[in-house]
Amino acid sequence: MPAGYSDKVMDHFAHPRNVGVIENPSGVGKVGNPICGDIMEMFIKVENNIITDAKFRTFGCGAAIATSSMATEMIKGKSIEEALELTNKAVAEALDGLPPVKMHCSVLAEDAVRAAIDDYLKKTTGKGLPGFKPHEEGEHEH
Amino acid sequence: MDHAATTPTHPEVLEVMKPYFTDHFGNPSSIHYYGREAKKAIDSARDTIAASIGARSEEIVFTSGGTEADNFALEGVAYANENKGNHIISSPIEHHAVTNCLGFLEKRGFKVTFVKVDSSGLVDPEDIKKAMTDKTILVSVMHANNEIGTIEPVAEIGKICREKNVYFHTDAVQTFGHMPIDVNKLNIDLLSASAHKLYGPKGVGMLYIRKGVKIVPFIYGGEQERGMRASTENVPGIVGFAKAVEMAVNELDNESRIRKLRDRLIEGILSKIDDSILNGHPTLRLANNVNVSIKYIEGESMLLNLDLEGIAASTGSACSSGSLEPSHVLLSIGLSPDVAHSSLRLTIGRSTKESEIDKVLEVLPKIVSKLRSMSPLAKK
Repeated sequence: MPAGYSDKVMDHFAHPRNVGVIENPSGVGKVGNPICGDIMEMFIKVENNIITDAKFRTFGCGAAIATSSMATEMIKGKSIEEALELTNKAVAEALDGLPPVKMHCSVLAEDAVRAAIDDYLKKTTGKGLPGFKPHEEGEHEH
Repeated sequence: MDHAATTPTHPEVLEVMKPYFTDHFGNPSSIHYYGREAKKAIDSARDTIAASIGARSEEIVFTSGGTEADNFALEGVAYANENKGNHIISSPIEHHAVTNCLGFLEKRGFKVTFVKVDSSGLVDPEDIKKAMTDKTILVSVMHANNEIGTIEPVAEIGKICREKNVYFHTDAVQTFGHMPIDVNKLNIDLLSASAHKLYGPKGVGMLYIRKGVKIVPFIYGGEQERGMRASTENVPGIVGFAKAVEMAVNELDNESRIRKLRDRLIEGILSKIDDSILNGHPTLRLANNVNVSIKYIEGESMLLNLDLEGIAASTGSACSSGSLEPSHVLLSIGLSPDVAHSSLRLTIGRSTKESEIDKVLEVLPKIVSKLRSMSPLAKK
């Protein structure tokens, strides 16, 4: 396995925050595919435009689990607009960095958040996130 | 639990190597006393290793390891026999030391046929026979697979090659020193082996080349290794390699103890963990190899959790290698990508105790249920 996981990655991997599902979520996003070995599912609860709760389930490596965990932490309590500003780099930085081959996991986490918000917007406004399209596995850097 | 990756150098091996760094530091090519001492040591090492596989001393060429031996065999035979033909036959589950070298040869105009393997990873010798053409110069099929442990029918494949007058190479990195090998009974023309898989040092291996095989040298320079592989010999490594082989021969009885541990581990995992399957052949299998797929969870996440418990293991999941493709071996035996990503390899060594098997069987089910509880693929 690639060496060089930070202590923070290992902490979020060994003790992931916000694991699970939200019953009747405001939005759900599922990204990744089993061929590439990672699937993330993210649930959000939104009240008055604020993400009051976020949970995830992930099939994937240590970095995939840690980035999912960190992403849920970072969007909780944020407005939809603020959550949309979350970038994969910010997730990686919050984890004190990721090995280069694992950067795609942080892209997946960003996508999962956006997919959940896209779903929420579709449900509430009938229109999804403008221009939202999850990254294709394999096209991003890894 | 990762003894297929490498093994620790045995203290007795280290002891016999030490003087060749200090008192007997001579260059085997030198005429003087120091040189002669080193030369004597290499000659004796060569005798020991040759005898262990029923070969003649002059049929052994020392290399820097198993990968070099594989590259040497394939390139050496391919280029030496170009006038006869350009066709090579191999299996889809070879080590990258073979597959990537064959990929290079394909770019240089050689044609490679990869015969299929069945769901346990076995090559059917009949398929080798059918794939042969009048241009076939070489067949390369590994003795046993490093990931799933399946032992290939090399004697039968070798027999077919002999009948068709085609050279047969086998990568025996996983079997040499772990199973008895007789190159004559197994009809092998070229065999690759590595020292660090059998409690010898890293950085040394060998290629057995049957007398009469047409092959070009691998490294050009001095007259070392009869001009086949120039470069001043790794004297301490070679001496250590021979000692490790000597000890391995005496340890062969111990393989039945290791096999029992293996079976206990396999049975334990399959009975304690739902939706787990054994990869590879149930009986035609390396004595030390356990490879399972534990569905709905990814390999690296298992490895990291096992590591936190002080257990070292390995996986065929892409996430562990940096590529997005899971192991070519697991895909070749017909696993879907997600099941291949769920693979876990545990390989047992001489020092593995029963209590360590128990520990794996105690902690692994807990790790699995933790990871499954967070997996979107797991059954509700």
